[in-house]
Amino acid sequence: MNDLFTLVDWSRAQFALTAIYHWLFVPLTLGLGVIVGIMETIYYRTGDERWKTITKYWMTLFGVNFAIGVATGIILEFQFGTNWSNYSWFVGDIFGAPLAIEGIMAFFMEATFIAVMFFGWNKVSKGFHLASTWLTAIGASISALWILVANSWMQYPVGMEFDPETARNVMDDFWALVLSPVAVNKFFHAVSAGWVLGGVFVVGVSAWYLLKNRENFLAQKSIRVGAWVGLVGTIVVAYTGDGSAYQVADKQPMKLAAMEGVYHGKEGQELIAFGILNPDKKFDNDEKEFLFDIPIPKLLSILATREIDGFVPGINDIIEGGYADKNIKGEDIIALSAQEKMERGRLAIAALADFNTARQNNDTTAMNEARARLDANYEYFGYGYIDSVEQLIPHVPFVFYSFHIMIILGGYFLLFFILILVLSYKEKLQRLKWLLWIAILTIPLGYVCLESGWIVAEMGRQPWVIQDIMPTFAAISKIEVASVQTTFWMFAALFTVLLIAEVGIMLKQIKKGTEQN
Amino acid sequence: MELNELFYQHYWWFLISLLGALLVFLLFVQGGQSLLATMGKTEIEKSMMINSLGRKWEFTFTTLVVFGGAFFASFPLFYSTSFGGAYWLWMAILFSFIIQAVSYEYRSKSGNFLGKKTYDAFLLINGVVGPVLLGIAVGTFFTGADFVVNKGNLTTAGSPVISSWTNDWHGLEALLDVRNLLLGFTVFFLARTQGALYFMNNINDNDIFEKSRKQVLLNSIIFVLLFLSFVTATLLADGYEIGASGAIYERPYKYFYNFVEMPWVAVLFLAGVVLVLYAIIRSIFGQHFTRGIWFSGIGTILVVLSLFFIAGYNHTPYYPSAVDMPSSLTIYNSSSSLFTLQTMSVVSLLIPFVLAYIFYVWRAMDKKPITEQEMKSDEHKY
Repeated sequence: MNDLFTLVDWSRAQFALTAIYHWLFVPLTLGLGVIVGIMETIYYRTGDERWKTITKYWMTLFGVNFAIGVATGIILEFQFGTNWSNYSWFVGDIFGAPLAIEGIMAFFMEATFIAVMFFGWNKVSKGFHLASTWLTAIGASISALWILVANSWMQYPVGMEFDPETARNVMDDFWALVLSPVAVNKFFHAVSAGWVLGGVFVVGVSAWYLLKNRENFLAQKSIRVGAWVGLVGTIVVAYTGDGSAYQVADKQPMKLAAMEGVYHGKEGQELIAFGILNPDKKFDNDEKEFLFDIPIPKLLSILATREIDGFVPGINDIIEGGYADKNIKGEDIIALSAQEKMERGRLAIAALADFNTARQNNDTTAMNEARARLDANYEYFGYGYIDSVEQLIPHVPFVFYSFHIMIILGGYFLLFFILILVLSYKEKLQRLKWLLWIAILTIPLGYVCLESGWIVAEMGRQPWVIQDIMPTFAAISKIEVASVQTTFWMFAALFTVLLIAEVGIMLKQIKKGTEQN
Repeated sequence: MELNELFYQHYWWFLISLLGALLVFLLFVQGGQSLLATMGKTEIEKSMMINSLGRKWEFTFTTLVVFGGAFFASFPLFYSTSFGGAYWLWMAILFSFIIQAVSYEYRSKSGNFLGKKTYDAFLLINGVVGPVLLGIAVGTFFTGADFVVNKGNLTTAGSPVISSWTNDWHGLEALLDVRNLLLGFTVFFLARTQGALYFMNNINDNDIFEKSRKQVLLNSIIFVLLFLSFVTATLLADGYEIGASGAIYERPYKYFYNFVEMPWVAVLFLAGVVLVLYAIIRSIFGQHFTRGIWFSGIGTILVVLSLFFIAGYNHTPYYPSAVDMPSSLTIYNSSSSLFTLQTMSVVSLLIPFVLAYIFYVWRAMDKKPITEQEMKSDEHKY
């Protein structure tokens, strides 16, 4: 078991590394794609060559970012097979479909039209070129849709049933996957987060030109387009973030408890606007939860249950059970304790083993009996692999601080874009050097915010690779730890070198300005 | 097994075969990359060739990704067993494509940290390693691999992994099999031949045209010899067959019999071979023949389709286990459920539409071949 955990740790580290790198580049592709599309639309409608120059300038930066996004993306898909082979079989019947659809619907669209976007200026008509630019941006969003459908299904597994004969879950309702409330929220949340980053990036780079008193037309026009896209993105992010939190409260209460550092929940639960966790606090001691905190009364109950005095369970409540809850089918139940769930999970696994034995012996009666036991306990199947209740608690500090960084920065971006837009239309921006510097320094904050969001979503759901059905350590491939360690360091080195190259090229291109065009 | 399910399993093996065939054709990009150092004597020549390939590289890359995604969706047990087992073989392939993905865009941009020569070396590595290792990986469809599948492991709490590899080489052992190597290098020299045919079609430059023609001659001779060797070895080799009871047993000359028992596949195969040979011969001896890549491309697709068909159809396990015959993967025991296959089949109706817009855009973009003048203009280039 110890070896397995070491292998799991390295496999998780490798997946996290590649996903974090990938998520550095994808949001900018999503955001900058829309911004470039808007700019080219203005050029198409006005015929003003200066807008063509602006479009081509941002397109160059888009291309540099896009390439490394592609490079870091390929390994993610194949890693499900290379490092998570058990997962690939256990849920491949469901999970593989969105990945394949992503390829067919989105990747070919991006690959085809990006070539026109960069090389087609003198080869196709203006309208064809504009359509290609938008189709590239739309392709990127469609790609996000399908990968987020897949990811959401891991957090809220619906539209499937377990088939004991093939020892896997099989899809029985495609639309339940696609239209799951978790998927819908996650898609709009992630894509609009990309718009925020695109806005922050364009405003920040343009601010640098204003500080240097260069490219003034490009900078002033770009700031407005960027800030509008960023503002709209921030509003959608806030709205869908609220929806996501509500879904998390309903479907992944342990994640919500970690996000807010709640150990003992109550009716009318406060939201921690800012807090410093007590590092000595564990679920099984009586230490205080926070060294310092600023609570907002009742707000977490309102956000999580839509009721001012709704009950929000904490980590201890979820471990101990006994409160009113709903199961995955939406039925009212009294929450089981973790120990009870683990017991039910073991019953489910034992029933599957009995089913296999009965099947080998062609004993239909025993098969039916085992099947009935399996069905009755299947919703807790993953708990059967869990040894101790501690395994069920995600890393609270990681999740808590990431969540709060994301929220605080989200609020900051809202104010930032409003301020930038107001001052831009009043034509005072260029004189406010301090604000231009803030705009430049906001670029890294955009990345910090988005990566924090990823950490909340993915660290917060541990130990589950599929909520309640399969823990991460049971999803693994059986390979030597040394192999995964080696590929981890290879990826770490390669992606770091490529990141340095990407940033280096970006900086040079920005320094050059429009002269390259 | 229901007839309905059999149909969809065969249909999805056809789609996997089609994607595999398109991928092998599109490896002309990698073949072209492997020729850059030999053919590009001046910067402008190199620039024309790189920009010509650079407008297509994403199709090869995307087809590889979709090939993987479609395999995952339709035959997840293969995804689980082969990728998780032949870890190093697949990782090596992926590394070579990762370094390709940035190389076109970054190579000539200032501030690129590694310098132009490094990115060109990346393109060369991908140009050689990509086709050779992909060929070797596909070779294991015929030669088998060392794995065991035991779905009962799922109920073993301490070690629930169902697919395991039985050697420590994790895929690198495939490099020691002669038939795998033959297919790997066949794919490589085919890619080089097609890379040169593509240059003849896509670049309007006399010097490059003549150099490409020489490369077609040289590489196609090696390709044909390797291809004949691989085909002969495969037709003479023993294979496996799925019996009526579902049990898997060894059958001498299995792949030869697959051609005999599926004559339409043999016709596809022969038609493909004729088209590839026609493209090569016309391109070598014709004075201004530039359409070789199209004939050769269609021929390649037909040949690769037929090879995938004999690997997976006619009761043939497409991924034989060399250590535990019952663990061998077939299109029946490794496929997704009927519901998923049907759902994905609806999605697959988009494929002709996708192919149509790719064709339309290619035509629009390639109407004017690349010229020296274009490389000297201020337009975006690699």
